[in-house]
Formats: sequence, structure tokens, C-alpha cells
Amino acid sequence: MSRAGTLFWFAHHEWRLAWRDCLWLRSGRRRSRRRVVLGLIAIVLFLHGFAYLVLYRSADLPRLPDQRMSVMLTGMLALYGSMMLSQAMEAVTRAFYGRGDLDLILSSPVAAWRLFAVRIGAIAVTIAAMSLALAAPFINILAWFSGLRWLAGYGVIVALAMVTVAVAVMLTVGLFRTIGPKYTRLGAQIVAAVIGASFAIGVQLAAILCYGTPSRLAFLQSEAVTRYAPDSGSTLWLLARAILGDMLALVVVFGISAIMFAATVCIFAPRFGQLALATAGVSGNPTRQGACSSGFRRTWPTRSLRAKEWTLLRRDPWLMSQILMQLLYLLPPAFILWRNFREGSGASTLLVPILIIAAGQLAGGLAWLAISGEDAADLIASAPVTNACVLRAKTAAVMGAIAIVFGPFVAALAVVAPICALVAALGVGTAAASATSIQFWFRVQAKRSHFRRRQTSSRIATFSEALSSCSWAGAGGLAAASSWLATIPGLIALAIVTGAWIISPAKNTL
Amino acid sequence: MNQPAPSFALEIRGLVKHFDQPAVDGLDLRVRTGEFYTLLGPNGAGKTTTLRMVTGLLKPDRGSITVFGIDALADPIRVKRAVAWLSDEPMIYDKLTPMEYLHFVAGLWAVESGLAELRARDLIGWLGLEAHAHDRCEGLSKGTRQKVALTGALVHDPQLIILDEPFTGLDAGSARLVKRVLRERVQAGCSVIMTTHILDVAERMADRIGVMVAGRLLAEGNLEELRQQAGAGHASLEDTFLALVETGAEERTAAA
Repeated sequence: MSRAGTLFWFAHHEWRLAWRDCLWLRSGRRRSRRRVVLGLIAIVLFLHGFAYLVLYRSADLPRLPDQRMSVMLTGMLALYGSMMLSQAMEAVTRAFYGRGDLDLILSSPVAAWRLFAVRIGAIAVTIAAMSLALAAPFINILAWFSGLRWLAGYGVIVALAMVTVAVAVMLTVGLFRTIGPKYTRLGAQIVAAVIGASFAIGVQLAAILCYGTPSRLAFLQSEAVTRYAPDSGSTLWLLARAILGDMLALVVVFGISAIMFAATVCIFAPRFGQLALATAGVSGNPTRQGACSSGFRRTWPTRSLRAKEWTLLRRDPWLMSQILMQLLYLLPPAFILWRNFREGSGASTLLVPILIIAAGQLAGGLAWLAISGEDAADLIASAPVTNACVLRAKTAAVMGAIAIVFGPFVAALAVVAPICALVAALGVGTAAASATSIQFWFRVQAKRSHFRRRQTSSRIATFSEALSSCSWAGAGGLAAASSWLATIPGLIALAIVTGAWIISPAKNTL
Repeated sequence: MNQPAPSFALEIRGLVKHFDQPAVDGLDLRVRTGEFYTLLGPNGAGKTTTLRMVTGLLKPDRGSITVFGIDALADPIRVKRAVAWLSDEPMIYDKLTPMEYLHFVAGLWAVESGLAELRARDLIGWLGLEAHAHDRCEGLSKGTRQKVALTGALVHDPQLIILDEPFTGLDAGSARLVKRVLRERVQAGCSVIMTTHILDVAERMADRIGVMVAGRLLAEGNLEELRQQAGAGHASLEDTFLALVETGAEERTAAA
């Protein structure tokens, strides 16, 4: 054991907490540990299978990148990097605002910068690990097809993680300085979402505008882009060369990233303490509501519960932004819809699966807040209302919000393609109902402020929710195209929802 | 014709609840209608677990709970209509104002809107919350939040108020105010069951005191009766309580 207060000591402390946190997520489920391992193996195999299907036509990739490939690789890395930066910003903001043990450490005589240095390092490790989990299957399949040089991709992703965390720290500290601690959390949330979505959406919008397709790859490989891009010898393509196994490029990329990361830690870790202290008094100022909001109207339990859910959501801009930022991805379909109105093109069927998948995701988030994120669970449980009544009210609150968000899209679609609109309406309702049910079956009492933990509190619920939304989207897309094949993803979705019910803890309690 | 009020607000018989080890172990307890009953006991004695079972927040493993003659396990909704529960952690919503919170609680208990508004204004006034009535609860101090939670417990005019450590975080002035409100409720015929570690509060407020150790009721009565049960030479409730707890611990060790 190292001396107390050193970097290594803090690293050991953080590692122990992270490990216990991980164990806590699985506590009480000793029997399911084998199932978790088998599930992970299945996911790894599935992702590799998916990567194989995507890449099997790319076996004869050139050893040295030509201009078109450089554009595509750099574009994809920029896309990936923007999402990593978005994740990193959220993680850095959490490091400021999550009180946890900060009061204890900041009030102790140890040099707190060491803890913050370790925490910035931990964020980089987490971002790298998460990004590699998604990228590794593609890197492995490419290494299998086109040679081990593709394994350099691992180094490039780690370098990207260091750069994105460094940039995230600088941006968040910049936000603190400019807009103050009260609004930084919300500001960082919005900036993170905009960074994460802007490149992806921007490229997609350009693709729709130029080629009428939402495919980003088609845009990146188009003549128009390659015509204006620098030639293949340009330093702009350093990342592309590094990922293709050019050792010199890889060393340069990794070196620059490591220096940037180290410099950020050295400069900003000592300031984290002051910023964390500044966030402590953020909720001290009372927010006054208009006296008119106190009017007592005739009400009954279900209505009170429903109104309460909507009021809480409306009044929490941070939580609201967490949920609504997912809807940024509805901009491209909205754009397609607008083009359809103008030009009468037949891309309406494309919208159906996008709307369904977005509805499933949004409903999952809202359902978690309403069902698991109940801050006064004892109050509700001690009230003279049945569980069924509470559930009905909370489901109505979720479905009402879904109707408000997706109603206008479906209504607009009905003008262009009524059948597609009908399928979309059914799909949105079904996907939202599935996600809500899964959240109910796997509910775990938590604070609303722990919203981000919802995806780790039950991985089975998270995967079931995502897979059922995807399957309903597939069914909706095929049904909108009038294909009988729609029954296959429809049955898969039903099987997923049924499977989730069978293995849910609620099966034994309801 | 009006039915006579049941003589017991709460009757518990043979109540058992096990977690990893027994939390409540064959508890028998009776609280009279219109009585202020205080439950004392060391940490882990099973006080909160017992009260959570009474309010329907926990399911007992064995035993029966009757509130005003109604079987709480068979008809929990009817029992909940008559009961208010206040825990040491205020059960409120940060993003609602105290007034909105009271509106919500009144909705849950289906209190008629005009009556609810009247009671809400009275309670806000009694507990000195007028200045914060339209502030979101997230900015309120812990003591003020506790007072808001108390108004929520009282807005539906419960016949039985169950409080778990209600004075946690309250300053002296607020604590006195809460004590006065509770006393007034008892004088109006309401029954109160309260757990506390502040023995002075128990001594001054309670009609009867129960001492729980290891999930069982070890002694019960007013201060004089408790003194007799603890043996001679204990002047204060603190001495009496500690003597009773020590005796209970010795008996447990001997039984083990």
C-alpha cells in the first residue's frame, strides 16, 4: 500500500470504488453471473458478426490510403471523435457536480489536485474503453481481412480519447468561467449534445440535400467532397494514415495526444478543487414560482400523479435536455419530411423506423423518471391509492409526453403518406409501450438526479429496451413499405419483450 | 347511528419481519385512540421497520396489524386513508413549491379542493412557512423541508400520525412549533406514534412510552411505570431507558 495522499493512493481508492460500484450492480444476483458472462460473449460475437456483414466487401482495401479513402476514414474518425467528446464533457461535468466524497477530500489536508488528476485519468480510461468496445469488432475484422496493420486502430482510438478528454476539460472550465457554476451543468449538457450530434447531423443533412439519402458514407465518398479535399499526401490525413498502420503517423498522433492530455492534467487539475467548491452552493438560491401556480383545483389521485410528473419534468432543464437531446436526431427525418412536402419524393417510408426508434428511446427515459426516479416513493406508497392506479397514471404521463412530441410528426406525415402515418402511429405507440413496460418490470428505486445511472442499473433492461425499439422500427419500416417480411422483426420484438418479462424481477412480485 | 370510535388506534400482534436477521421478532403493541405514544430503542431495535409495516411500506413475514379496527394487511387502502407517515428524510419534490406539494398530497388523498386549500393555508401559517410557500423546495433548508413534509402529512387530516425521528434537523424554535402542532392534534382526538432518540421530547410529550430492543417490546408505560420496571434509583428517563436497554441486552445474551 502506498503512502496516503499520493497519486497512486488516490488511484487505488478510485479503482476500489469503481470496482465495488460494479459489484453492487450485480449484487444479489449471484446465480445470474454466469448468465451475464454468457450474455457478454453473445454480444461480442453479435458485434463481430455485424462488423463482418458491414465490412466483408472491403477485403481488398489498399495498403496506402488514396484520397477518397482518406476522406472517408478521417470523416468517420471525426464522427466518432465528436461523440467521444460529447461523452467526455458529460463525464467532466459530473466530476464537478457529483458531491459524493468531495466535501470530505476537500476539507482534508491532502493535495486535492492529485485526486482530480486521477479522476481526469479515469475519465480518459472510461472513454477509451467505451469507444473501443464499439470500435474493436470493426478493427478486429479489418485486421483479419486486410492485415494486422489495422490493429493500429486501437492506438488511434486511445489517442482520440486523450484528446477528447483534454478538450472536454478545457471547454468545461471555459464554461465555468463564462457562464458560472449555476448554468454550467445545463450549458455543458447542451454543448455536449450539440457537439455529439452536429457533425453526424450536419453530414446527414448535406447527404439528404445533395443526394436525397440520409447515408453519411455516400456523402463522404461522393465526387463533390473528394474534388475539394486536399490530396492524399496532406497532413490533414494523418489520422487516416495512422489507422492504416503507418507507424510514424501513429507515433506522431499518439505523442501529440499524450502531451496534450498531460498538459491539461497539469494545468487544470489544481483548479478543479475551486470549481467543485463553487458548484456546492448552486442550489442555495430559491427559485420563486408565481403564486398563481398554487391554485387548488378539483383533482383526484391519477390526475395529481400525472400533473406532478409533467411539472417535475418541465421544471428540470438539465433532465429535460438529457431526454430531449435525443430528439436532435429527429432533425434529419424532419428535413426529409420537409423535402417530401416540397418535391413530393417518396422517402416517407424512411421516416417510419426513425420515428419508432426515437419514440422507444424517449419513452424509456421518461418511464425511468416516472417509475424508478420517484423522489418521494414512501409518500406514494403510503397514499390510499392502488399500485395499479399509480402505474396507470405514470404510464399516461409518459404516453402523453410521447404523443406531444411525435404527434406533429405523424400528423405531417399523414398529409404526405397516410398509410405510412398510420404505421408510424402504431409503431410509436407500441415501441413506447414496450419501453415503458420494460422499465416497469425492471424498476429499481433511485433518485431522479441519478438518471444517467439508469443504463447501468439493469443492463438487461437497457438492452431489451434498445433491441425491442430497433425491432419495432424494423417492423414499422417494412410494414410501411408494404412488405409481409414486417412480421419477422415484429415477432422478434414480441419475443424480446416477452423474454424481458420472463427474466424480470417483477414476474415474481406481480 | 354513529359507530363508537374503536378504543385502539393501532393493535399489533405477533409481528415478525426478518431481513438478514430478525428485525422485528414477535412484537405485540397497542396504542389507544387519542394517545401520544413514543417508541424508544437503540439503533437497530426495529422501530422504523415496525412503523413501515404499519404504513404499508413493508410486508410483514407474520403477525397482524389493525388500525382503528381495520385489518391493515387485508385492506391497506382503507387504512392508508386514515394514516399519515412522516420519515426523518423529508419526502418532498425539489422542483415543487410547498403549496404545489400540498396540492399534490391532497390530490393523492382525494381531499376536496376547497377544504384542501383552506387546510394548506392554515398549515403553512401555523408552521411559519408563508415566506417560502411559493419557493421551490430545492432551495429550502433541511428544517424547512421537514416542516413542508409535516404539512403534507397533516393536510389530509389523518386520524393516526406516524412520525419517524421528526425532529432531525429542526432548530429549537421549529421543534417547539412542531411539538405544539402535534399536541393540538392529539387534543383534537388524533393519535400520534413517534420514534425519537431525544429522550427529553419523549418525556415531555408522550402519554405512554414503549421501549423496543432487538425487535421486541421490552417495557411500556408512562415515566413512573417505566421507572418501576427498570428498578429503583433511576431519576431521569435517560437513566431508566439505559437501564432497561442494558437489562434487555443481558437477557438476550443469556438466552443466546
